[in-house]
This record gives sequence, C-alpha cells and structure tokens, in this order.
Amino acid sequence: MKIVSITKTVHDWLFSIMPEGAASIVEMVLIAVAYLAFFAVAGLYLVLLERRVAAWFQLRLGPNRVGPQGIFQTMADALKLVSKELTGTIKADNFLYNLAPYFVIVSSLMALAVFPFTQEFQAFDINIGIFFLIAISSIGVIGILLGGWSSNNKYALIGAMRSGVQTISYELSVGLSLLTMVLLTGTLQLSEIVEVQKNGWLIVQGHIPAIIAFMIYMIAGTAETNRAPFDLVEAESELGAGFHTEYSGMKFAYFFLAEFINMFIIAAIATTIFFGAWLSPFGITDSIPWLGVFWFLGKTLLLVFLMMWFRWTFPRLRVDQLLTLEWKYLLPINLVNIVIMAILVWLNLTIKF
Amino acid sequence: MSYFSDIYNGIKTLLTGMSITGNYFLHSRKGAITQQYPDNRETLKMFDRFRGEVIMPHDENNEHRCTGCQSCEIACPNGSIEIIWDRQLDPETGKKKKMIDKHIYHLSMCTMCGLCIEACPTDAIVWAQNFENSVYDRSQLTKVLNRPGSKVKAGIED
Repeated sequence: MKIVSITKTVHDWLFSIMPEGAASIVEMVLIAVAYLAFFAVAGLYLVLLERRVAAWFQLRLGPNRVGPQGIFQTMADALKLVSKELTGTIKADNFLYNLAPYFVIVSSLMALAVFPFTQEFQAFDINIGIFFLIAISSIGVIGILLGGWSSNNKYALIGAMRSGVQTISYELSVGLSLLTMVLLTGTLQLSEIVEVQKNGWLIVQGHIPAIIAFMIYMIAGTAETNRAPFDLVEAESELGAGFHTEYSGMKFAYFFLAEFINMFIIAAIATTIFFGAWLSPFGITDSIPWLGVFWFLGKTLLLVFLMMWFRWTFPRLRVDQLLTLEWKYLLPINLVNIVIMAILVWLNLTIKF
Repeated sequence: MSYFSDIYNGIKTLLTGMSITGNYFLHSRKGAITQQYPDNRETLKMFDRFRGEVIMPHDENNEHRCTGCQSCEIACPNGSIEIIWDRQLDPETGKKKKMIDKHIYHLSMCTMCGLCIEACPTDAIVWAQNFENSVYDRSQLTKVLNRPGSKVKAGIED
C-alpha cells in the first residue's frame, strides 16, 4: 500500500492548502508530469533494451561503452538529438509538418493513462477502458499520415500510405481479439477485468479460444506498432526511413520514442487482458499490493521481448502478403473464435479456480 | 483444405525460425563475434588470409628470397612497388649477377589486390596480418622491404 498511501498523502495535502478547483488542476498537472517522465525514461530504456536484445540475437554485444553495460547510451543519444538542428523541406506544409510528431506522441501518452499498474494505481479508470485504448491507438496513424503527407517527399508519402493500409486493416484484428476476451469478462473497465482475473488469468480461463485470441492479438499488435516483420512503413531498403524521412532532431526522436512506447502499450494491453495485469501468479504476493508494479512491468517486458524476438527472426512481408494475412486468415479465424468463445461462456466451460 | 494446412505449416515454420534465433540469443554470451578492439589489442590475432600489408620475410641469417626479377613491380597495377637494383659481382662464382638494392613498397598507394604476391616466382613477399597502419606522416608509409645488409638466400635462383 506504499504507493497508494503516497498518492493519498499528496492528495490530502494539496486539498488542505488550496481551494478545491486549483488543487485538482495541480493534481492533474502532477500526474501528467509523472507520466511524461515515465514516458521519456521508459522510451529511452526500451530503445536500449531493443539494441542489446538485437545484438544478442545477432551474436554481437551491443552498446556497452557509455556507463556500465551501456545504460547511459540512449540518454546520450537523446541529448545529441535535442541539440541537433531541426531541418525541413522548403515546400513542406509547415503547420502539419510540425503538428504530426505531437499527434503520434500525445496519442501514445493518452493510452498510457488507463493502465492499472497496481491496485488503485491507475491515473484514469474509465468504464470503457478497452474501447478507449482501441480508439486511441488508431489516432496515432493520423500523425503518421500527416507527417508523410506534409513532408512533400514521395518516400514519406508512400510510407505513410502503407501505414494507413496496414493500421486500418489490423485495427480490426486487434479490436476483435480483445472483444473475444470481453465476452469472458463482461466488462470494458480495466480495473474490473483485473478483478475477474483473480479466479485465474484470462488466458487460462478461456483456454483454447483465449490462446488463439492472444496469438492473433500479438500478430496484429506488432503490425499496429509498425515493427518488423510489418515494418514496410519505414522499409529502409525501399523508402529511406519511410514517413519520417524528412524529420530530424527532436521531432524524429518523438516518432522514434512513440514507436517504442506503442510497443510497450501493446504489450501492456496484452498483460492486462490476458495475463492478469498486476496479479501475481498463484497469488504469491497478494499480501504486498505494491509489488504489483513489478509483476505488471515484468509481464509487459516479457511480451515486449516476444515482439523483439519476432522482429529479429522474421523477414518483412510484402504489401499483398500483409493484406492476405489480415483479410484471409486473421479476420475469419477471429470471427470464428468469437463464436467459439461465446459458446464456451454460454455452456460455462471456462476454467476457474 | 489447403487453407488449414497452410496455417499449420505457417505457424510451424515461424516457430522453427524463432527457436533458431532463440537459441542464438541464449548462446550469445559465449559465441559473441564482436571484437572489443582497443581492449583486446594484446590478444587480437587476424586470420591467416587477412591482407594487412606486403612484407618480405627474412631468416635468421638476414637472408631473403628476392632475386630482383621485378615480376611484382610489373604486376602491380598502380605502381606501389619500385625495385632499385644493380649488377654486382657474386663473391662465390665471380660472375656479375642482378641483385636488389632496395625493394620499395608504397603502402599509401597499395590497394591490397595481391597481384604482386601471386606474381612472385620465389615467394619472397607475403601478406602480413597487421592492421594498425595509420601514421602521422605519409612518408612513413613508403617502406623498404629488404633489411639493410641482407642478401638473397643461396639456391633460390636455381
């Protein structure tokens, strides 16, 4: 209860020294700053993790010079990017060009807000949590489309259009696979979904259809973050850097960080829906609720690792293969899977402890 | 029914790939191919076929195998090799004989093509495996390959 009590103390203290309206605004700002800090640190360390994991997959060592085991490498990179000149193209649509990175970054920040990191440690426990997450995660693609369109570069435009095709297609699978699990929980609110999982994580409760839904979710989620093997948005060999070809310095860093935060978000959604969020396996640490943060982050990082494993194993898909996979395989399987899950819930064949 | 077998085969092959890369991941500590260069300067040894620079090996009597035939100078496509030679009296036979005075090698012009080494009929010049060739003055890159006072090994010309 440590974290909860800290937030409660701050809350009480704020409300004791200023009027209610001001106090709640200050509280919101504090929470936003905390999440921004988390966003920056998590993004940087995910980049480092990606680089180290990639190196290990390729039998290399990875960055290990800046600080012990290279832990300050990405900090140094970020400092370099901050100090770099922001270049742009002459005929770029300046307003949209400058707006695009913020679209991407704000949408991923908003998604972070709803995750239950541990019991009662959740910035925004909205009653349509999953719906909100699905809606927010599809806003990010607008930023990518704007960036590609406004930089007045054909590679950026092709990359952005591919991103549009890909995200719109795979959004369906993400939504439907989450919907399969919603059949089991009967609620969209993330805190209540965690409550339901106290009788066993949903991937155990829903057994076969849940595992199918999880596989579909991970495939579609990887596609949503535009990561390999679905990285035709920024296919280096074909499009330069894809939609962010014309971005430099901090604006490029925003896109880059947002990509990694999106990966974290996809993994965090999977953790919350399939693997019981902050619940410990078999309830071994139920008596110490603040340990939930470690369980949540641990499970999320495992799933992030799974996505990195995908990236360094599979070759990139062609556009037609991408669409075939979604429309001919994932979507029909997903629809059948929903029906199976509905029958399962109806006949009460779920596994509960 | 190829639809379902396609799915099955797809998943199977993807998992095969993942098991291979996963195996690499688990064994990356032992098998890392990265050389942490300035740290392992003492132990780092280049492989035999590495082309560092052309050298002329001398034996313990300060004898080399170069007869001064100039095949390497002719074979070199960009004139990295210059041989200064003259005819001297051979102390053993008393006849005049072609001998090298200086075998000059311009490392700064060399493209490491290896044609000189292939052309050499007596294997007098070989590749060295060193790679730290940077210097502060380019005149240091012009090297004389035969050591001062060295002479050709007896019996090479026969």
